[in-house]
Amino acid sequence: MGIDNRNTPKNFVLGQAGTRAGLPDRQAQNADNPSLVKVAEGIKVIPGANTLITTLDKLINWGRKSSIWPMTFGLACCAIEMMATGSSVYDLDRFGIVFRASPRQSDLLIVAGTVTKKMAPVVRRVYDQMSEPRYVMAMGSCACSGGIFNTYAVVQGCDEFLPVDIYVPGCPPRPEALMEGLLKLQDKIQKEHFRWSPWR
Amino acid sequence: MMEDMKSGLDNKTDDAPRIATKELTLSMGPQHPATHGVLRLVLDLDGETVVKCTPYVGYLHRGVEKLSEYRNYFQIIPLTDRLDYISSMAGNIGYCVAVEKLFDIQLPERAQYIRTIAAEMARITNHLLWLATHALDIGAMTVFLYCFREREVILDLFERMSGARLTVSYPRIGGVKNNVDAKWLDDLYRFTDEFPMRLEQYETLIDKNRIWLRRTKGIGIISAEDAINWGISGPTLRGSGVPYDIRRYMPYGVYDKVKWEVPVGKNGDVYDRYRVRMEEFRQSNSIIRQCIKQIPDGPVMADAPKFILPAKDKVLSDMEHLIRQFVLITKGPQSAPEGEIYVATEVPKGELGFYIISDGTGKPYRMRVRAPSFVHVAVLPKLCEGGFVADVIANIGTIDIVLGECDR
Repeated sequence: MGIDNRNTPKNFVLGQAGTRAGLPDRQAQNADNPSLVKVAEGIKVIPGANTLITTLDKLINWGRKSSIWPMTFGLACCAIEMMATGSSVYDLDRFGIVFRASPRQSDLLIVAGTVTKKMAPVVRRVYDQMSEPRYVMAMGSCACSGGIFNTYAVVQGCDEFLPVDIYVPGCPPRPEALMEGLLKLQDKIQKEHFRWSPWR
Repeated sequence: MMEDMKSGLDNKTDDAPRIATKELTLSMGPQHPATHGVLRLVLDLDGETVVKCTPYVGYLHRGVEKLSEYRNYFQIIPLTDRLDYISSMAGNIGYCVAVEKLFDIQLPERAQYIRTIAAEMARITNHLLWLATHALDIGAMTVFLYCFREREVILDLFERMSGARLTVSYPRIGGVKNNVDAKWLDDLYRFTDEFPMRLEQYETLIDKNRIWLRRTKGIGIISAEDAINWGISGPTLRGSGVPYDIRRYMPYGVYDKVKWEVPVGKNGDVYDRYRVRMEEFRQSNSIIRQCIKQIPDGPVMADAPKFILPAKDKVLSDMEHLIRQFVLITKGPQSAPEGEIYVATEVPKGELGFYIISDGTGKPYRMRVRAPSFVHVAVLPKLCEGGFVADVIANIGTIDIVLGECDR
């Protein structure tokens, strides 16, 4: 597992839910311990000891969802609203969302705009260049379903060639709608289980 | 100091052994944060110098012209939103002006004023976004944040008049959708009060900035003669010193009833085009203020029952109007005159022309869009070749392209 009580700092005890790797079921032991204070679902605190007890899933997901770095990648009209969401008035930075210009270092691909048949291989290549864990958001009607452009040149929804996590409809979606989509994605990340081990 | 450095470098290269180099072909885009969309440039580089620059377009070709052959005249308005999505309002107005000329519809005075105000607001939002991204590309991040702050104010006003922030679809054939109230005009007037002060803020950020001046002055020069020959229009043309503005030479709306000037540059470089756009901010601001002062009361839709939808309250109460609405919505205007027409309007990016062929049915037989961005992309090799690769970014920004309009 790599994470063991011996290797962790003394003031930060990590409890692993379940006994998958043969560790003792620590949560079950602690359940009866009256000195633990439950502060949130699945997170307990030892008062006065500066110690937090939770699962590795929760810790990693918390870190991951609080620093989503989307790819700076605009295709069409929605990209303008994406820029507006990232700029001064709506300010995505407060969610830890900072735009990153390289696919190698970004977690989220916001498909913002119409994907044409000429552009689809490029979008797919950008997705392939991103490292795991990666997420895809289809922003706008065009990326969701082709929108009003039911023509010979337009891919009818980017889910034809990408695994989409979140759909944000609208033409274009308001910045509030995009933020709602990002919060939904954060919820989704928080609920992930075991998506951190090397064999996953 | 620059001269010293240059001569120092020269001495060094004379002594140093020559290193054999060969040209490097670099594909820039379609995924690149500074290409303003999905433009692809193939650059042949000799060291830092661009030897050849070939633009590839079509990554956002959505078939708008073909799509408009299957839609009636009203249904094309939302498509024109998505051509130049940075200034949708200007695209809408350009299309409506063309169709009105084809149908021979006279607009009521108030609608003309509202359209002129809306078009100038679109010019301000467009130039704000242009300044934000252009400065960001060259390296000034702060301007981006300031520009978007003011842009949101206008987008809120757009939302109050049309219901949408970006893709407004506000003008209709024969007028505009909604009347604007006094409160809206007041709020807009208050914005125009303080906007010149905001412009000064942007100028203090970059106008005397040495990095900005080095990156823009003497870069991407195009002479007035070349600019005309290449078909450039809008602020990009006026930066070369040609005072050509369609609003002045073929006025539509109420541009002939307000006082304004056509700002022109002198050298035709990136800096002059920046100055021209900064002046256009002030002219647009002044046009809006004059229009608000002069705007008369009255209807906002023309009296042309064959071509425009009847009022909603009449549709709900009168059979005749209901039938007329039904026919217009399902089949389009049935008494459209046959013929063809080309009408150009001055959108923030240049000359946006709509060439419409009508065969008398409710749909255009063919609609061709003369997009300024497409013409401006074609001139990129001329601006870039011989310059440094870093200046390619400045040149892409200065011609103010939007790929939705370029590829259509």
